Amino acid sequence: MKSVVKQEFLALNGDEAVAYAAKQADVDVVAAYPVTPQTIIVEKFSEYVANGEVETEFVCTESEHSAMTACITASATGARTFTATAAPGLALMHEMLFVASGCRAPVVMAVANRALSAPINIHGDHSDTMAERDSGWIQIYAENAQEAYDSIIQAFKIAENPKILLPVIVGLDGFTLSHTLENVQVLPGDVIKKFVGTRQFPFITGHEGKTVSFKLDPENPLTIGPLALQDYYFEFKRQQEDAMKNALKTIRQVHDEYAQISGRNYGDGLVDPYYLEDAEMAIICLGSTAGTVKTVVNNLRAEGVKAGMLRIRTFRPLPVEGILKALEKVKAVAVMDRCMSFGGCGGPVFHEIRHALYDALAHPYVVNYIYGLGGRDTSPSQIREIYKDLQRILQAQRVEDPIKYVGLRE
Amino acid sequence: MTTQERGWKEIPPAGVCWKPSTEYLTGDWKTYKPVRDLEKCTRCLLCVIFCPDGAIHWKAEEEDIEFDYDFCKGCGICANECPTNAIEMKLE
Repeated sequence: MKSVVKQEFLALNGDEAVAYAAKQADVDVVAAYPVTPQTIIVEKFSEYVANGEVETEFVCTESEHSAMTACITASATGARTFTATAAPGLALMHEMLFVASGCRAPVVMAVANRALSAPINIHGDHSDTMAERDSGWIQIYAENAQEAYDSIIQAFKIAENPKILLPVIVGLDGFTLSHTLENVQVLPGDVIKKFVGTRQFPFITGHEGKTVSFKLDPENPLTIGPLALQDYYFEFKRQQEDAMKNALKTIRQVHDEYAQISGRNYGDGLVDPYYLEDAEMAIICLGSTAGTVKTVVNNLRAEGVKAGMLRIRTFRPLPVEGILKALEKVKAVAVMDRCMSFGGCGGPVFHEIRHALYDALAHPYVVNYIYGLGGRDTSPSQIREIYKDLQRILQAQRVEDPIKYVGLRE
Repeated sequence: MTTQERGWKEIPPAGVCWKPSTEYLTGDWKTYKPVRDLEKCTRCLLCVIFCPDGAIHWKAEEEDIEFDYDFCKGCGICANECPTNAIEMKLE
């Protein structure tokens, strides 16, 4: 695919790429609190504010709980709102994450994925966002800094769609992406401004019986999210599920529209398959690990091994249909989880993939590999070993141990 | 749950209120009601300002105030704030 506009190459790390995207998206309000490995995002953005490069209201809060609260309320007034955080900050936001989705506040948040304490660890894994997978936020995981930039821009258009109105998390692996310099292609500011557009609001009936825009406006008073008990709470939650289901289509549309101008696509925006057409075995993963897996797939293909990969780009809403279709012909699947679900049946991605496959016509062997916790590096040779395991499973036609650990000392 | 209540497709999003709450007569929560001594009251309107429920109305034509007992919860803030002690809280 070819870009229709001239783009510029900038040397940016993942965090800088995210800040640059937020700047171009013409954000009205940023409320944030610094936390490693996200700090560069907010730091960089505060420079834009100080330099007068943006007209953003920048709110330094006393905690992440307050940062998210400020974002929700700003968003409710109709402002385009952005924040960024990482593990402990995201955990502190936990309560307000549900308020954001419940108030249908389309806040966009970058999460530089980091391990949760204890023991304290500042490096990359997915424990932080996986713990928030039921908070009603859309979750998109970037493979590299380029995709982090592209995804932030797309996120505003997805979140603010009047039929969706859901907050979006864009995850980028801590340090591996957040702090690693890459050549990032950026689109011109006016192109991004036009692509994202201004916020549109659905019309709803307010308490005065008038039809009003869905935003807080003193001229047309509205009460958002006050109280709903046994009589109506359930109905509001069902609406959020409906919005999530609708988002599957919107994420694809926004992704395709963006691909038209940028020349970059990530599968269909939901799942990103690699050599899956004739693959006998596949690895499923999220985020930056996909880059390593692709290298190994290339090597295996050169050796005549039918290996493939499926990267889940959008984890919430889970694109079940796309996953099943991509795995139609695959006979053995290894799901990689950079997170643990203690006492559960494997990691969270494994839970969901194996659950989705229950309704599939063909049932491939599905095994789980927990890897890279606390930022531990995962090498191409370890990925190769996973494919060897899958080959052994196909030969033996049975799974000995469905849950394994990669790079863990016994 | 009554059958008149609406389904999830018929209500606005985000818990937005689609009707005023005036049908709920919260005045029946009260134990004590404010009663005014018309002689002592100077119509300074401090009680109107302080009432957390907007249950004391200024009636411009009569140049006087009126307690709205349908919504007064009997908190007693008006009696506490009245500079001339013209309001007494009486057991209902």
